[in-house]
Amino acid sequence: MASEILRLESVCKAYNVGLPTETEVLHDIDLRLDHGEFLALMGPSGSGKSTLLNIVGLLDRPTSGRLLIKGQDTAALGDAEITRLRGHTIGFVFQYHLLISAFTARENVMMPMLVDRGFPGADIEARADRLLGQVGLEKFACNLANNMSGGQQQRVAVARALAMSPDLVLADEPTGNLDTRSADAVFELMRQVNRESGTSFLLVTHNMDLARRCDRIIEVIDGRIRS
Amino acid sequence: MTPWLPIEWTMAVRFLREGRLQTIFIIGGISIGVGVIVFMSAMLAGLQANFIKRVLTSQPQIQLLAPDQIARPLRNGPGEIEDPAVQRPSQRVISIDQWPKIRSQMQAMTEVVAVSPTILGSALAIRGDASRSVNLSGVEPDSYFKIVRVPDYIVAGEPRLTSEDIVIGVELAKDLGATVGDKLNIRAASGATRVLTVSGLVDLGNKSVNQRVCYVALRTAQSLLGMIGGITTIDITVNDIYAAEEIARRIQAANVVEADSWIRTNAQFFSAVQAQQNTNTLIRLFVGLSVAFGIAAVLVVSVIQRSKDIGILRAMGTSRGQVLRVFLVQGGLLGFVGSLFGAAMGAFALVYWHSVARQADGTELFPLILERSLFVYTALLATVTGLLAAMAPAVRAAKLDPVVAIRG
Repeated sequence: MASEILRLESVCKAYNVGLPTETEVLHDIDLRLDHGEFLALMGPSGSGKSTLLNIVGLLDRPTSGRLLIKGQDTAALGDAEITRLRGHTIGFVFQYHLLISAFTARENVMMPMLVDRGFPGADIEARADRLLGQVGLEKFACNLANNMSGGQQQRVAVARALAMSPDLVLADEPTGNLDTRSADAVFELMRQVNRESGTSFLLVTHNMDLARRCDRIIEVIDGRIRS
Repeated sequence: MTPWLPIEWTMAVRFLREGRLQTIFIIGGISIGVGVIVFMSAMLAGLQANFIKRVLTSQPQIQLLAPDQIARPLRNGPGEIEDPAVQRPSQRVISIDQWPKIRSQMQAMTEVVAVSPTILGSALAIRGDASRSVNLSGVEPDSYFKIVRVPDYIVAGEPRLTSEDIVIGVELAKDLGATVGDKLNIRAASGATRVLTVSGLVDLGNKSVNQRVCYVALRTAQSLLGMIGGITTIDITVNDIYAAEEIARRIQAANVVEADSWIRTNAQFFSAVQAQQNTNTLIRLFVGLSVAFGIAAVLVVSVIQRSKDIGILRAMGTSRGQVLRVFLVQGGLLGFVGSLFGAAMGAFALVYWHSVARQADGTELFPLILERSLFVYTALLATVTGLLAAMAPAVRAAKLDPVVAIRG
């Protein structure tokens, strides 16, 4: 039986709790993701996909229910522990690339390792170069983020997400702003990493073609999961 | 990336470098503020040192005098009403009682630098047909010159004071038509007369003083004023000129003397010095505050501009503390770099102003005092101001909810 990376048990998320404007956006979400799994999360805009992704990514906390990362219940963890767990276990790829423009491609890939260790080092730099090679951008290592195309930036973002060898990569519509060719290349890159390193992926997408190429599709509609 | 530089420092420098124009403007603002502080502090310190030097090297900082002679109403017996109208008696020139003992006590005080007994009285200086009323000061040159720097004010001759010598003011010399080497007849009110040789001329920087000042040896004055072995004042110099009044009060409380400090006898001058110091402090405070607000304003804008970066950094495991440090370092760096430019600007302006600004007699308006401590202190102050100013924006950045920050 495959080892479990992520489990959500009856997770609910509400905003403005206790106020007349209280709104529940996620209702009783149960979800399990195993090691090496590549999961597509689909659903119309406003259905709660991003909220779910933020909760899974430990950027937000559920109002009720349990979130377990590698079997560890995250409810009791403090801010510092949550930050550490997030940094070591989860990688993020966002729709709008979100590279830090003041740094080069190599430095962006180095960043998760830098914030973890505090200081730069030759080993960190070598790993960043290896990851850039893996995404086919070794020649662009010294380019500032703004001097690259959207597809290239997104590939750098994928390399950065893999920097800490995370167990899980959360990708929020990573191909949403890319042309078909670039979108396909970025998706294939993630799929390849998934196959080669066993990293699990949770991919939010509106693209049915890409979703079909994933191991499993989960649909979120009105804050509820339909598998 | 610099291997020994913590990542927070690298981020801070990169963020400042990326917002180049913003950084240049705020560093310019800080430099001007620091420049004003350096310029004002150094110039006012110089001016103040100059004034104090002029005032306090031409007069003692504390002067001990014999207590006032007061009339005491007679008491004839119990039940008799005293006459309420008591006329103040005329003040005879009398010697300080047991002055050698008081002098020894003063010399033993740690706050006291120099003590000198003097005798002051009026006399007539006569040369030929010319005669002028003068203030005769009988002094012990060795100790007195440590208090009043007579040698510094000698414009002709030398500050020699044997029992046959007299040092007189330049205006008095003019009035009497005398110069160094001439003989003067000095006659006291009692009729005692001595013929003394002018050994030097002094210019104490005040015309009316220069018209009346005469220095003679203590013993010469004692014999002229009919006060053999007596003195009228004990002059004192102390370590801390601003503590003079407090020391004077203590001396007066412990001895049968009246103690006047320069602060009381030069009340107007002292309040001018105080006002200058207060003005300087206020200027520094307000310039510092405007620098602090400038840094805070720029960093608040920077936090808003960087919110997505902060969000992504938090998502990849950057702690709140690290985010806080990135913005604190930015504040500190802005303050420090601004202080370097500002110190250079202030020093340059000071050197220029020193070369241009002159007094009426052509001498420098203030001595050029560029102490290293002023620059170190200013750099430190600007850096700390930068850190404090960055505190609010840094806390705001650290508290940013990553979800909200990423969404922008």
